[in-house]
Amino acid sequence: MKTLLTGNEAIARGAYEYGVSVAAAYPGTPSTEILENIAKYPEIYCQWSPNEKVAMEVGVGAAIAGARTIVTMKHVGVNVAADPLFTAAYTGVRGGLVLVSADDPGMHSSQNEQDNRNYAPFAKIPMLEPSDSQEAKDMVKLALDMSERFDTPVLLRITTRIAHSQSLVELGEPIERTVQPYSKDAKKYVMIPAYARTRRLFIEERDKQLGEFTETVDVNRIEMADPSFGIITSGVAYQYVREAFPDASLLRLGMTHPLPKQKIAEFAAAVDVLFVVEELDPYLEDRIRALGIDVIGKAFLPAYGELSVSLVKTRLMAALGMTSEAAYDSANDVASDAAATSDCASADSCAACANVAAEACQTAQPIQSAQPDEQSNAVIATAEPFDAPVRPPVMCPGCPHRGVFYTLRQLRLVVSGDIGCYTLGTMAPLEAIDTCICMGASISGALGMEKANPDLARRLVSVIGDSTFLHSGVTGLMDIVYNGGTSTVIILDNSITAMTGHQHNPSTGKTLMGKDAPVVDFVALAKALGVRRVVEVDPLDLDRLKAVIKEEVAAPEPSVIITRRPCALIVKNTETPLECVGCKGCKACLRLGCPALSLDKGTRKVVVNSALCTGCGLCAQLCLFNALRKAGE
Amino acid sequence: MKTGMNILLVGVGGQGTILASKILSHVALAQGWDVKMSEIHGMAQRGGSVVTQVRLGEKVHSPIIEPGEADVIVAFEKLEAFRWTHMLRPGGAMIVNDQKIEPLPVLIGAAAYPEEIIESIGQRVGRLTVVPALDLATKLGNPKAANVVLMGVLASVMDIPRETWEAALEARVPARFLELNQRAFAAGFETK
Repeated sequence: MKTLLTGNEAIARGAYEYGVSVAAAYPGTPSTEILENIAKYPEIYCQWSPNEKVAMEVGVGAAIAGARTIVTMKHVGVNVAADPLFTAAYTGVRGGLVLVSADDPGMHSSQNEQDNRNYAPFAKIPMLEPSDSQEAKDMVKLALDMSERFDTPVLLRITTRIAHSQSLVELGEPIERTVQPYSKDAKKYVMIPAYARTRRLFIEERDKQLGEFTETVDVNRIEMADPSFGIITSGVAYQYVREAFPDASLLRLGMTHPLPKQKIAEFAAAVDVLFVVEELDPYLEDRIRALGIDVIGKAFLPAYGELSVSLVKTRLMAALGMTSEAAYDSANDVASDAAATSDCASADSCAACANVAAEACQTAQPIQSAQPDEQSNAVIATAEPFDAPVRPPVMCPGCPHRGVFYTLRQLRLVVSGDIGCYTLGTMAPLEAIDTCICMGASISGALGMEKANPDLARRLVSVIGDSTFLHSGVTGLMDIVYNGGTSTVIILDNSITAMTGHQHNPSTGKTLMGKDAPVVDFVALAKALGVRRVVEVDPLDLDRLKAVIKEEVAAPEPSVIITRRPCALIVKNTETPLECVGCKGCKACLRLGCPALSLDKGTRKVVVNSALCTGCGLCAQLCLFNALRKAGE
Repeated sequence: MKTGMNILLVGVGGQGTILASKILSHVALAQGWDVKMSEIHGMAQRGGSVVTQVRLGEKVHSPIIEPGEADVIVAFEKLEAFRWTHMLRPGGAMIVNDQKIEPLPVLIGAAAYPEEIIESIGQRVGRLTVVPALDLATKLGNPKAANVVLMGVLASVMDIPRETWEAALEARVPARFLELNQRAFAAGFETK
């Protein structure tokens, strides 16, 4: 049966069909839904781990114990997990172990754009790259088989456009789920130097075998047609190339480490001009060039952001010295009857255009429609965007973090921020965050700031969510205590991992598989780490919140403030919405940036949208004229 | 139907654009076509810009619609319609929910919501249908069904049997909301 699945759902389905018994992850866009979907199969033990390093370690342990195992994370998570990953490459596995890295070209929801294909040669593990959901599922099988056959973790690298695109997948029956018997093998699994040196030699031998395997594996496939030019490509870029050049000769690489050197040489010899089309780093390009093969790649395509069909089309045609018209004739089966326009028409794409090939891009002519639409004479839409006001992401109405950021801004504090919904506290009108680097860096970063500039100590706080604190804040807090830091850590406890879509964590009382779990006691934890000043406060009580923050920041020792209120999207709201009666138009309440409040342009008075208002009452605490109150009071 | 169709659905987080896209994809699947659907969601859970792209046809390669290549744009909110008009191909159809959701810069008075949005779009787009989807859904008993009203309008401009849409609705909507959504779909379908 065929059904529509996202790449993430397809990977989860693959885990189910191909005998995975253990799955672990920390949520992160665009990888989150893999584990959420695995959780629908009770046959598979699955869990959220507090961070990716822990998830990786859970996975390595399960694989050593004999289970087929999958570990998933977003690209930056692999940085966190790199430590166990690099040594797992030495120990190898017993049951198959697949690490899914979901990269985010274009940074739709990420703090950087790193190309995790580089991890495969760095960690010395093989890598697969699917180009749609069907391949995403199939490659789970291939990765597990390879992992067991070659005794290695396997990197399955996807990108946002694979993870969050739906395409058709043929469903199959699950194979039998077996866990191989455990037997002790210290020389393989205990990486003291004497044993690790032996395993290091094993890796060299394994690499040779993988080098032979990659030449024959069918996911590395030559699709030969017109020999005048050929393209080597992988991942979603393969789909862009297929659409832009339906008749081109391609070498489609599904296994991108190690590379099939002979197959690449064979393909290069069969075509007149050779291109590499890949997103982000010149990963394939550099390695192909190192084989002594001349290729055209990043000289014509950007090394950042996402590719697209039109970008690939215009840049390659420019490189070939073809006008678009001529290329259109030669590629005589372009599916669209629309007037494709030069990519330079849109401001967004033009940013991607601003490299060496910009001139070439601008000279490429728009393709004319082969079959003009019957109505196109009447009205011509242009690819010139309207100048619309931006719709920035905002904290939800009733968000318990809003008052904290309002207060921090009011107190003019230096705020060391972290990754989560609350990073939005950096946007207008709250503008309350100074830094945001990576998960956990709010706390350790604040320690660094304080050590570098002791004057900052008495006006410095870190803010971190409950899940993020458990991910990698605990160690930073330990460091503050241990090394004599004095700054204040605010744990914004909304009792869920909110930004990625409400996943459980060790402070929520539930597991991914729906079981009850003990709840981490943040007060006791902070005290156990050696923090003497620990205060809990209701973030909707602004006066008390402000007093507590002032007092703790002034204290010359570490303090932890826990602001505790559940995420506005996980509580069944029974509060009466507010109404605004007798507004004087001072706009003090608008400084909260609550989507439920707006200024009526005609009357210059504030209006409450009762459909959005959760009745949290923050705005009423700011109103100097007592105009905001519960409806009907 | 021609060899392929590109449909862009744009709206604001919380409006149900993703469910609508899933219904549409299901329709394509039931027709025996190839289909790819792509969504991007980011920082905010509510109130941010949401875009989903559905491409259907005999064979679909790229999951992404290029600027100027959407055959139909279904906009769940007026400002989002305005923002994405450049994605429409010449002669393409635009369906706009006549609903205004002000973004934060407008709410706090730092930016203005453009005047006469529908007129501006109308100057660029030949086949423009403006639907009071929120009002229609509210009258049917639940403003949240506005997304399915818009699916009804979309169905009325696509060459696919109405029964196929109704079957997709049954497959995708929870049973307790099905009857409401069937009425919402009919209200949209009969708008034109």
